Amino acid sequence: MTSKLNSKIPEGNLEQKWTKYRSTVPLVNPANKRSLEIIIVGSGLAGASAAASLAELGYKVKVFCFQDSARRAHSIAAQGGINAAKNYQNDGDSTYRLFYDTIKGGDYRSREANVYRLAEVSTNIIDQSVASGVPFAREYGGLLSNRSFGGTQVQRTFYAAGQTGQQLLLGAYSGLQRQVGTGNVKMYARHEMLDVVTIDGKCRGIIARDLTNGKLERHFGHAVLLCTGGYGNVFFLSTNAMGSNVTAAWKAHKKGAMFANPCFTQIHPTCIPVSGDHQSKLTLMSESLRNDGRIWVPAKKEDALALREGRIKPNDIREEDRDYYLERRYPAFGNLVPRDVASRAAKERCDAGYGVNKTGEAVYLDFAFNTIRYGKIEANKKGINNPTDEQIVAMGKAVVKEKYGNLFDMYEQITGVNPYDQPMMIYPAVHYTMGGLWVDYNLMTNIPGLYALGEANFSDHGANRLGASALMQGLADGYFVIPYTIGAYLSNEIMTKAISTDHEAFVEAEKNVQGTIDRLLSIKGTKTVDYYHKKLGLIIWNQCGMARSEAGLKEAIANVQALREEFWSNVKVPGDANSLNPELEKAGRVADFLELGELMCKDALDREESCGGHFREEHQTEEGEALRNDEDYKYVAAWEYFAGTNWELHKEELIYDNIKIAQRSYK
Amino acid sequence: MEKNLNLNLKVWRQKNADDKGKFEEYKVNDISTDMSFLEMFDVLNSQLITEDKDPIAFDHDCREGICGSCSMHINGRPHGPKHAVTTCQLHMRSFNDGDTIVVEPWRAAPFPVIKDLVVNRSAFDRIISAGGFISINTGNAQDANAIPIPKDDADEAFAAAACIGCGACVAACKNASAMLFVSAKVSQFALLPQGQPERHQRVSEMVAQMDLEGFGACTNTGACSAECPKGISLTHIARMNRDYIAASFAANEK
Repeated sequence: MTSKLNSKIPEGNLEQKWTKYRSTVPLVNPANKRSLEIIIVGSGLAGASAAASLAELGYKVKVFCFQDSARRAHSIAAQGGINAAKNYQNDGDSTYRLFYDTIKGGDYRSREANVYRLAEVSTNIIDQSVASGVPFAREYGGLLSNRSFGGTQVQRTFYAAGQTGQQLLLGAYSGLQRQVGTGNVKMYARHEMLDVVTIDGKCRGIIARDLTNGKLERHFGHAVLLCTGGYGNVFFLSTNAMGSNVTAAWKAHKKGAMFANPCFTQIHPTCIPVSGDHQSKLTLMSESLRNDGRIWVPAKKEDALALREGRIKPNDIREEDRDYYLERRYPAFGNLVPRDVASRAAKERCDAGYGVNKTGEAVYLDFAFNTIRYGKIEANKKGINNPTDEQIVAMGKAVVKEKYGNLFDMYEQITGVNPYDQPMMIYPAVHYTMGGLWVDYNLMTNIPGLYALGEANFSDHGANRLGASALMQGLADGYFVIPYTIGAYLSNEIMTKAISTDHEAFVEAEKNVQGTIDRLLSIKGTKTVDYYHKKLGLIIWNQCGMARSEAGLKEAIANVQALREEFWSNVKVPGDANSLNPELEKAGRVADFLELGELMCKDALDREESCGGHFREEHQTEEGEALRNDEDYKYVAAWEYFAGTNWELHKEELIYDNIKIAQRSYK
Repeated sequence: MEKNLNLNLKVWRQKNADDKGKFEEYKVNDISTDMSFLEMFDVLNSQLITEDKDPIAFDHDCREGICGSCSMHINGRPHGPKHAVTTCQLHMRSFNDGDTIVVEPWRAAPFPVIKDLVVNRSAFDRIISAGGFISINTGNAQDANAIPIPKDDADEAFAAAACIGCGACVAACKNASAMLFVSAKVSQFALLPQGQPERHQRVSEMVAQMDLEGFGACTNTGACSAECPKGISLTHIARMNRDYIAASFAANEK
């Protein structure tokens, strides 16, 4: 381990680490909290829950988001659910099992202590959310309902139809707005953070831009929390919101915060396939659909061809001519294998010529089987003997509608096809990024006073995140981790008076931000920002997507460098800097993606193994499964930035005291 | 099947809150019926940038119908011609070749225009700050299954909580009333045991803030619910009215 990376994992038994640490971490007394200022960037699950919780404790909090309201952060779009080791189903769940599933699901590339803490506090999140009025799905007895998600064999996922993220975010948002009402939080909506300010090696504030009038603002804080989400939009097409970006994290990176495991990106197996060049984003179909849907492609190439050409319909294919390839390859987990495994398996079938849709890049997600199963159960419940096939299907459809109605409606809106009658077509798409700013056990980056929470950090999901664990991590970090761990730093800051924003570090940072904006507007080239973003996306998708190789990555690095150069000489950004200018906002974000893209490829090139979502073609088993190299790569790759897009690699060795690492098997 | 459309657009252009604003006409060609309405706007904007004209500002983010950012008034209806669909989920297959489409921002005094089709909806946040929450600090919660909640109540609370805060209800209302938005939040908590301790205070304070923001009164026309992309029901307004009256009596007793 290099001296620059100290994970600060507490001593002691795994089960005792957090309890003990929480009870011994230094505290800040209430009077002092009132004079300590905390800046939170981002208002999703991590940001909103941290803001509410820290303000409740008495800290002075400022929250920034680029959207017009805190409620619109992209956590709102999370569909399927949130995991917690409640064991309400009596099916053998426990803190340890959630911990184990998460480490294994992440292909043994995350920290034991962090993940164990996550599993421990998972149950508190459900209690907290219910108490704040989140209407989770319930059974007729009035107790909470659970469903299954990928990579586990217990039912531990809590949900609210296909809108779990919305309900959890609105819960956290209401807590945040309550603090805004009391004046403990000052909210800055339609503001974008464009730099962090460091003084004597510590983070002391940010430069933000008021997007409505373009004014740059300087804000001081004793600590700054980046809760700014992931960087999936580097691919242009992803399930992220249009505005999701890496800018806050990237500016921090360029000020010295290390960026960890950037090549660990998650391609989600069940998204609506691309329909054409006009496509601006991709839409996820929740993983919960894999509970009840069966994934298949035609077993015969000629059928696949006929389907692509529209000569036959999927329902024309006989049962024996269908290949339920996940059930075939992974009988133990079947359709519920983790996302990385399911995505690669879909790609394998499509590459082999069995894909459907016009493009040949889609597989079926079919609900017919379970519609009938549910219909029969309903008939039984209602005491209908000898129900007709129509009755069974109608009753089954009603059950499916209650469980997934909003998702089915969305599918029909987008594709114009009714998924109750025909199987859905799906294909993998970029969804989540496991990599992010390197943080220690306290969630602090290597810059003192600068923290990263939620998807913005790298810490809990290793090389692949399990479904329904992003919401869990965001809320764990915000509600139950940072309120404690921030004391370790702020207890030493109680003598620090608010620093004037006339300090030269603020002046200098603002000048640099202004310089970048002026430069973008002055290029006046010929190609739009989207043109460059799309080109970048294609490079990264093709060479640093579901499969990566040495030659491809080297080519991608050269291509990204060339594209970046062209961007800075030929991009066309209309308008001015003194009014609402969405093109200027986009340009700044794409400029950062053009640097991040290079680092992702560099990281992927450096990691000579396959693990989780990172699949190097050179490293696979005979059966085509990811082949890890624990001997040489059992570490977190943390990259330090140097001027002129140069990086130095620092390694944090991962230590497994409690789990025996093994090749992941879902067979 | 996919087709291509040629369309005439009349779009509201307004430089800033002080500008008077006016309609501008544009033509877009070869628009695929598989595109979303906002993707059609992406095409138009890229056309405008290439022609050295100012692209049209509009709010949008998730493009999945859940964040509530998008807010276009299309051919006289919030979020356009389809029922229970946000602008971002509206697809061009709902239009015909040669159509003229009129696009405006939400029109309501409490939602001032920032630029073009972008309006300021921060009044909604202030209404939530006035009482749209359960006052519980992090860390105080009991076990989530300690209070069973009848499934029907939980489902009804969820249906209310599905509101995305887009403001279509206000834009649809001739009085620019925010009753559907406010009542959805009031209802969600009124239906749950967790919401009972503050039930009266909540409805009184949220309604007071709603009035302060300048939203109009409800005259039970029902346009709000008819245009709501999430199908939020008018029964929430009835529930809120009952709660509001109950709260007023309760306040008089003190």
